[in-house]
Amino acid sequence: MSSTAFLVIAVLTMTAALAAATLPKLIHAALSLVVAFLGLAAFYVLLGAEFVGLVQVFVYVGAVAVLIVFTILLTRRDEENTGGFHWSGVVIALAVFGGLLWSILRTPSLSLAASQIDPLTVKRIGEVLMTDYVWPLQCVGLLLTAALIGALVLVMEEKR
Amino acid sequence: MDGGFVDQIFVRAKSALLSPLAHAPDWVTQLASSLISIGMLLGVFMSLFALMSVLERKILGRIQNRYGPNRVGPFGLLQPVADGIKMLIKEDVVPIRADKVVHFLAPIAKVVPAFLALGVIPYGRNMTPFAIDGGILFFFAVGSATELAVFMAGWGSNNKFSMLGAMRAIAQMVSYELPLLITVLPVVMIVGSLSPDAIVAAQSGYTFGIVPKWFVATPWGAAAFLLFFVSGLVESNRTPFDVPEGESEIVAGHMTEYSGFKYATFFLAEYFGMFAVSGLAVTLFLGGWQAPIRGLQFIPSYLWFFGKLAALLFVFVWIRGTLPRTRVDHVMNFAWKFMLPMAFTCILAAAVWHYQARGFAGWLWSLVIVAAAYLGLSRLLDTRKNLSIRTYRFAE
Repeated sequence: MSSTAFLVIAVLTMTAALAAATLPKLIHAALSLVVAFLGLAAFYVLLGAEFVGLVQVFVYVGAVAVLIVFTILLTRRDEENTGGFHWSGVVIALAVFGGLLWSILRTPSLSLAASQIDPLTVKRIGEVLMTDYVWPLQCVGLLLTAALIGALVLVMEEKR
Repeated sequence: MDGGFVDQIFVRAKSALLSPLAHAPDWVTQLASSLISIGMLLGVFMSLFALMSVLERKILGRIQNRYGPNRVGPFGLLQPVADGIKMLIKEDVVPIRADKVVHFLAPIAKVVPAFLALGVIPYGRNMTPFAIDGGILFFFAVGSATELAVFMAGWGSNNKFSMLGAMRAIAQMVSYELPLLITVLPVVMIVGSLSPDAIVAAQSGYTFGIVPKWFVATPWGAAAFLLFFVSGLVESNRTPFDVPEGESEIVAGHMTEYSGFKYATFFLAEYFGMFAVSGLAVTLFLGGWQAPIRGLQFIPSYLWFFGKLAALLFVFVWIRGTLPRTRVDHVMNFAWKFMLPMAFTCILAAAVWHYQARGFAGWLWSLVIVAAAYLGLSRLLDTRKNLSIRTYRFAE
């Protein structure tokens, strides 16, 4: 059952990701990227990380996708002419892939069986965030506040 | 506390339907159970949509001192059937320069999340179609997908009115999603769970045996409920916040290029969204399916839920019949300058209420906090004193 679901979701996600990389119109690519995000969320749910899956939908489909779409809309004038091949893209993709591979191979929890890990409840995530990871959380909060103020400064009217 | 026979009649009916599958594999039972729930949800809310569309026109008619639709069937109750047939046989016009795929997918992308959000709401005792631990989070996760659908409609139509309407709709939906979420937080904090069933269970019982322990009976709960309701009005693009479809400015906004059944689908999504937001408001603040008086607990729980839902939907229509449309910059200013600080105040007031042992002292303190924040904000935002010549940035 779950391996069938895995196959279906994997094929869907990979197709969407490929479409996002190859479609000529940028808006189409962005919309297929949304489908890929949804596929990833389905993976999280399949792995029992319900909370992470829902947050994935909430943040990536609800916020990041809208951001991407608006960025494309507000910056590009030559919508039709976006094809072409760039070596820099290949280098960046390989670097990201290498980084991911390196961190996956170094992660020790992969050797554990799924049944050995407690189900990840919202309560536990909250407790861990407020105890062990409180400094990273505060740093992220500060960074986001700075970004918010920066965005406000950018769009504020010049004259008063 | 399992409720009577009539109270559990739908739960019993479902298990009776599933009983022939007792020896089937697990996934078959799960699939059948889901299908029954989905079919039931679709049936109930499609009929509610039909009923609502005719009742809304009748109530609006009463408010405007005229009869509403009264020709088709008894009291005009068959009007939705006529409307449906009309919508189905209308010509489906697709603009020649439109992006065909995106234009086609937009109504579907709008209606599916609105329908999914209906799944996590407890409609009665043991009657949550999709009972998951993070139900509230699920509601907002699928709800956030509607913005993308509006964008698809606006961009796919390849029309300036559509695009501008979509921009406006997205701007106001993004802005009001924040107060909508933050007004939910105090309830989640007090209950300590994201599950709608736990939230309803936490509101059972009566103070002094009379006043129900619904969150709307506390000052922070009342304030959060009002903020939530106003944000819900905006999220479902209803009057007075229907700026995205101001007829005199941008025709029908992102729905300009839609006709026939696709337009009806947008309409359906708007109503599903309205049902979902009202249902969540009932669940969070109005005690869900709990009876307001102990003596009335014999009435089945789902009747209480749908009674409260109907009351909220009536307020939606009442507001639509009463208030004019707000200006777009007023809507945005209201979100960031008033709704958001008030929503944060609700969290503070709820925390004070909790740490004063949820008693009378805490009730008074949270009332003081909410009232002080309201008075202070309205004093700060009062612009009547400094009237000056206005300059419009884009009109010079």
